Amino acid sequence: MRAYTVGDQLPAQEFPVVRADLVRYAGASGDFNPIHWNERFAKQVGLPDVIAHGMFTMATAVRVVTDWAGDPGAVIEYSVRFTRPVVVPDPDGATITVTGSVRSVREDGAAEVELTATVDGSTVLARARAVVRPRAGSGA
Amino acid sequence: MPVDQSFRGRSFPPTRPYEVGREKIREFADAINDPNPVYRERAAAQALGYPDVIAPPTFAIVLTLPAGGEVIRDPAFGLDYSRVVHGEQRFVHHRPIVAGDLLQVVVTVEDIRIAAGNELVTNRAEVMTVAGEQVCTAYSVIVARGTAA
Repeated sequence: MRAYTVGDQLPAQEFPVVRADLVRYAGASGDFNPIHWNERFAKQVGLPDVIAHGMFTMATAVRVVTDWAGDPGAVIEYSVRFTRPVVVPDPDGATITVTGSVRSVREDGAAEVELTATVDGSTVLARARAVVRPRAGSGA
Repeated sequence: MPVDQSFRGRSFPPTRPYEVGREKIREFADAINDPNPVYRERAAAQALGYPDVIAPPTFAIVLTLPAGGEVIRDPAFGLDYSRVVHGEQRFVHHRPIVAGDLLQVVVTVEDIRIAAGNELVTNRAEVMTVAGEQVCTAYSVIVARGTAA
């Protein structure tokens, strides 16, 4: 397999999210904050509607990296800033669009990937970066 | 009431050991809509050199969220939990989490600062095996909106 090159584009993906996804994520993650499933509560605390867990969006965005890398265990670092909530109205939900590219390659051959995650054209994650360890046999 | 600054640098006792189950990893992968077989089939994980199924890159939050939550909900800490949002999250993986791991978390309050009227608390959660092997370091920045005003 060839080594990583700065500017390599990762295949972009679109991830639809509906309320049921948030309920399932709440159960699996243990984060039952009602802003993620209860419209009445979300509006009471000043949100436009129920919002996705930031960690759901973070987990979703890295799919672009793990699918590209082939081995999810190759992701040795991953960080994001949560800039804007992903509002998930019922029943239509929202779609998170994720793109990524290799912004730098470390001396040891690891790739630093920069991700963008947007909903309706607005950025929902900032400084979304993942480090992917060198490919086996890439000669790095 | 502002956050008690004396918590800066404080570490908390290790959490109760958590056994990572294969079905829990599958449940989490289902919940993030990720069909990758390496989260579900031992053979697929072994083909990549792992002893058993591995967990997705953000799985550690299942352990670190309650561990950190205990700290930030501590009344002595003084954080207004009703105003808290998740500001940033970072994972550094020393190796993937693998089914069968018996893990503990040690949370340290790394930093407390004030920016634009908000209180920002950075927690570091060291996820390690009960034998002391480092597995993952997770950093969380939580923001209490308007509490520093």
